[in-house]
Amino acid sequence: MNGVHDMGGMQGFGPVVIEQDEPLYHADWERRVVGMRRALGPYRIYNVDESRKEIERMPPARYLSASYYERWLYSMEANLVAKGVLTRAEIDARVASLERDPSQPLPAPGDAATAAAALAQLPATPEPVPAPAQRFRPGDRVQAHNVHPAGHTRLARYVRGRCGTVERVLGVFPLPDAYTQGQGVQPQTVYAVAFDARELWGDSAEPNSRVSIDLWESYLEPAGTAATGE
Amino acid sequence: MAGNHKVEPEPWIVLRTRALESLLIEKGLITTEAVDKLVDTYEHDIGPMIGARMVARAWLDPAYRVRLLADGGAAAAELGVSAANLVVVENTPRTHNLVVCTLCSCYPATVLGLPPTWYKSPPYRARAVIEPRTLLREFGTTLPDEVEVRVWDSSSDVRYLVLPERPAGTEGLSEEELAALVTRDAMIGVANVQAPAAVAG
Repeated sequence: MNGVHDMGGMQGFGPVVIEQDEPLYHADWERRVVGMRRALGPYRIYNVDESRKEIERMPPARYLSASYYERWLYSMEANLVAKGVLTRAEIDARVASLERDPSQPLPAPGDAATAAAALAQLPATPEPVPAPAQRFRPGDRVQAHNVHPAGHTRLARYVRGRCGTVERVLGVFPLPDAYTQGQGVQPQTVYAVAFDARELWGDSAEPNSRVSIDLWESYLEPAGTAATGE
Repeated sequence: MAGNHKVEPEPWIVLRTRALESLLIEKGLITTEAVDKLVDTYEHDIGPMIGARMVARAWLDPAYRVRLLADGGAAAAELGVSAANLVVVENTPRTHNLVVCTLCSCYPATVLGLPPTWYKSPPYRARAVIEPRTLLREFGTTLPDEVEVRVWDSSSDVRYLVLPERPAGTEGLSEEELAALVTRDAMIGVANVQAPAAVAG
């Protein structure tokens, strides 16, 4: 999605603000969000691609005004609802209850049967399909597809249609685009592809610099063969 | 109980966080203690000192440096650190590396801990790829044009760590002394490691 999260090359945000001696967290709720997400990890309710997908679906103005951990909380709620672990109504009712009485204690922990029931609707983890043979080698010239998918992708806008050089072969990883669209686990080779700054930014490029970005094989064609608007 | 004192309304995000924790406890999926323990681990046991130890080892042991650059995860495992899919990129007199994640905020958390807020901020994510030299100058790192800037946008499950240059004047320092010089910012690539005199001065 050509969302506001795809920030590479955007202008107008001003200087980077550096907080000296920054604490790890600025409020206790941030610690709770981080801890909850880690505590939920072993249940495999949602993966990192699904987490990012929901963050990217935040309304743009809200995304920009939200802190990092607020985006995590937003995504955690959205994914827990999407996977049937919680309902939106349950969350809203609990928030309303806490608004009426913020001092109410946390409930007693549910038992194993309750937990199993909460996870009952989780879909089975799909079996990975075989990865296609690695298509490119370090040094190969490649072109990133000029595509604008409406769903989740890791093909950043600023490299689409641009030509670069395969720098490293990083390994085989599931394609996030496919997984987040319910198309299963489709592993393929991921490459660090280096783009000359002039290729990306034209006359505005700073001297003597390159940008490498990790790209899945299906984001790439051999340079000179990629059809525009594919 | 405390007389007539007025209770301030909780900020909505505190309530939403507590609502979620409350529901997940009730469902039997988490406990307050488990959450506390996981948070403590990230506060006390995982941080830039892990990456710094790898850097110091690479400076002292040329064979380790080669292994670190060839397979960061395996070299981390040698020191008892679990850091899958870690790629280490080396600064040289001719090359300066800088790490960013333009699409979210991917960060080598297993060797650096939690990222600082500036790393996750829109200006850093937006500018690191289009004007890295200008950005580096704002961090106090001015590079001559002869030094190539290599930006690594971590858009996959791979995480990047910069192996900074060992500063002059550090001959004879132990691994611990060297590790103490290596900053988080140097391993992200926004700074260079300063010699002890410069640190003291």
